[in-house]
Amino acid sequence: MSKSPPLPEIQPDVRPGRLSACQYADNFSDAHPPLTAMQAAIEAERCYYCFDAPCITACPTGIDIPSFIRRIGEDNLRGAAKAILEANVFGGMCARVCPTEVLCEQACVRNTSEDKPVEIGMLQRHATDAYFAAPGAPLFTRAAATGKRIAVVGAGPAGLSCAHRAAMLGHEVTVFEARPKPGGLNEYGLATYKTTDDFAQQEIAWLLSIGGITIAYGQTLGEQITLADLSLKFDAVFLGLGLGGVNALGIAGESIGGVSNAVEFIAGLRQTTDYAALPVGRRVVVLGGGMTAVDAAVQSRKLGAEEVTIVYRRDQQRMPASTHEQEWAQLNGVTIRTWSVLAALGAHAGAVTSASFASVREVDGALQETGERWSLEADTVLKAIGQTLVLADPTLATLQLRGGRIVVDADGRTSLPTVWAGGDCTFGGKDLTVEAVEHGKIAAHAITRALIPSTPAFKRARRAA
Amino acid sequence: MANLATTFAGIKSPNPFWLASAPPTDKEINVVRAFEAGWGGVVWKTLGEAGPPVVNVNGPRYAALYSQDRRLIGFNNIELITDRPLEVNLAEITRVKRNWPDRAMIVSIMVPCDEQSWKAILPRVEDTGCDGIELNFGCPHGMSERGMGSAVGQVPEYIEMVTRWCKQYSKLPVIVKLTPNIADIKPPALAAQRGGADAVSLINTINSVMGVDLDSLLIYPNTGGTGSHGGYCGPAVKPIAQNMVAEIARTPQMATLPISGIGGITTWKDAAEFIALGCGNVQVCTAAMTYGFKIVQEMCDGLSNYMDEKGFADIEAFRGRAVPSIVNWNQLNLNHIEKAFINQEACIQCGRCHVVCEDTSHQAIMATKDGKRHFEVMDDECVGCNLCVSVCPVPECITMHALQPGEIDARTGQSVPAAYANWTTHPNNPARV
Repeated sequence: MSKSPPLPEIQPDVRPGRLSACQYADNFSDAHPPLTAMQAAIEAERCYYCFDAPCITACPTGIDIPSFIRRIGEDNLRGAAKAILEANVFGGMCARVCPTEVLCEQACVRNTSEDKPVEIGMLQRHATDAYFAAPGAPLFTRAAATGKRIAVVGAGPAGLSCAHRAAMLGHEVTVFEARPKPGGLNEYGLATYKTTDDFAQQEIAWLLSIGGITIAYGQTLGEQITLADLSLKFDAVFLGLGLGGVNALGIAGESIGGVSNAVEFIAGLRQTTDYAALPVGRRVVVLGGGMTAVDAAVQSRKLGAEEVTIVYRRDQQRMPASTHEQEWAQLNGVTIRTWSVLAALGAHAGAVTSASFASVREVDGALQETGERWSLEADTVLKAIGQTLVLADPTLATLQLRGGRIVVDADGRTSLPTVWAGGDCTFGGKDLTVEAVEHGKIAAHAITRALIPSTPAFKRARRAA
Repeated sequence: MANLATTFAGIKSPNPFWLASAPPTDKEINVVRAFEAGWGGVVWKTLGEAGPPVVNVNGPRYAALYSQDRRLIGFNNIELITDRPLEVNLAEITRVKRNWPDRAMIVSIMVPCDEQSWKAILPRVEDTGCDGIELNFGCPHGMSERGMGSAVGQVPEYIEMVTRWCKQYSKLPVIVKLTPNIADIKPPALAAQRGGADAVSLINTINSVMGVDLDSLLIYPNTGGTGSHGGYCGPAVKPIAQNMVAEIARTPQMATLPISGIGGITTWKDAAEFIALGCGNVQVCTAAMTYGFKIVQEMCDGLSNYMDEKGFADIEAFRGRAVPSIVNWNQLNLNHIEKAFINQEACIQCGRCHVVCEDTSHQAIMATKDGKRHFEVMDDECVGCNLCVSVCPVPECITMHALQPGEIDARTGQSVPAAYANWTTHPNNPARV
């Protein structure tokens, strides 16, 4: 009986320094450079200043878009920034990361006749960039002190939006943040090429300049602080917890070397000061179909990975990542494979070497294996199959939940009368930064009305003359 | 924080933005919407005398002049004064003023040119509680044919006479609205002043015909095949209005006569320019008819930020500041020499500067250098006319630079004099001093 020759040893190829310094600098610089003054002038003129503009309705924070665009056209950049920031205190970050193609720009009336919406996102960036470069006198002032104290858990967009509005309404706010820096996903999640030059921190520094907001770091709910305790010590609590957990694959070997969570990979990448020192696989597989999967895949390519494949269980149309994001991935050399679920991971000496997939199809809403299998060699497998709310705090676990997230009413109030919540930790919504900002803002007003009943109801700032 | 509140001819207003007497101020429903949007005041659409009102054509009444990107730059109307009964208007004015006490309510009036007609209407208008009246001597169509409107505005004696009646038979501040369809705005303005006017407002609309439909070869627009001239307004008329405002503002006799500026005001910058030329407030019409009443919010915001930036605490702080810089042509300094300069980094090489200078000016811009496409000003031909700056599509790409005294002007070979000298002393002037 002849013996087949031994298979060559497959060593996982995960190493740093795949590219030159120049290439790293290029890859992680601003993916979408800002408009020049002339581009902004021409683009601003394209806005028709619609009545009851559809773009305002489409914006989760209700920014008065025609107003700010008209003000750009009239050389009133400070006024444009004010129109943006008074509706959305994170208007600067949102201008860089909002999926405008499915929000305001999708609603623009210039789609109807020309298929060419006004570039609202770029114009918003133009106005906020100009303002932050030379802020001048403060745009916002605080109302008279109310004597009320609000606790905010989480210094991400939901929490800081709530904190800013609450401070503006005259309350004193303490924010409890688990990580060493504020910002949540703005600081730890969004791709660098979307927010260059430490933008997240600079924006937060400006936000905090209104005063009345203190942030305590290293404070995790259920460990250093508890919801029960905060509810006693403060007049109201706002939870902007985000989703701190990740879904597991549920297959053997998912904790071997080379297999990790995409969010951790992205967070590490955001905090690095030297891209050349970050190891990245030569062949990378990303499991999942949302923005996290796209960000992890694209950034792997930008670190120098040769083959990067996103594998999603259904079709591209149903991927949570927008068409624009999927195209961005493909433009950056990422392959998208569909209708496939992970079946097994191949390993050698405790490190992943391959991933094999079962092709599936949908029968009566459920996925069914077709019998076909295919596989990819992989040095790195990144899991981006969804994040979960961590319920470490005992009181938190008693809140009404749905789909593993906190249920809130239209004001953001939870099932506990002095506890509000917003952002990704709540049920409903599309897990967008801009939604988190709106949640925080609405909650701040609702909290004010609850604590001071004579407060008039907050009307979404849309002026239809 | 800038204070936008104004007191114009004794009339208080929370900001300097009023709506002019026109379709937007026709009825209570319009005016209430305007106040809700934030306008500081309105001039109610011109009232006629008691009895059957005028009638308007049933369409079209308006037409527009567009720039290439379909932006409305000129507007024409053939609407007349109010076509609703006087009593209805008076009742609505009374009600609106009562509900909006802090806003300025001015009533525009146009009745026949006899004392009895004015004596009859003035007390009825005063009884509404309004803050002032505006005399419409400006409609260039429809009413002028009846001996009213611009038929009065072109005759200073009539202006003075009617203004005097209004001061005699009413205690209300009188604003006289002037027509631009005239060779020299000063006589009508002086006549209004002599008659006791508390202020003048200008300009009303300009005689115009908008166009011809090239398929039907009929005047455009037309109502069933024929059309008439109308009143032209909008951004295109702003320079005409500004000139007339400046003429009044720099006439010493009228230095303290309040002026309400009207004519193509669309943005805060337009308003600021009129104010710098001497206006105590501004009136808007076309911009509101193009974009809706909400634009007043952008106007207030922009003007306020500008004033903060410049350190102007209120409107009076910069009102009229540009007037001293306007002189007669023969007082311009002929020893001031400028040359155009093209920034090669910003230049997109369209060549428009070259061709217009070559065809229509002084052939002072080259199109090639060392065999390559290159646009550069030749100082030895450039007269500093500013045409290239005006036609260049890239803002700030071409700029004008003043030569310093002592520098040689390449065009004349002469050294630039330090002293000021104008035409009145120029050797070529046969009437030189």
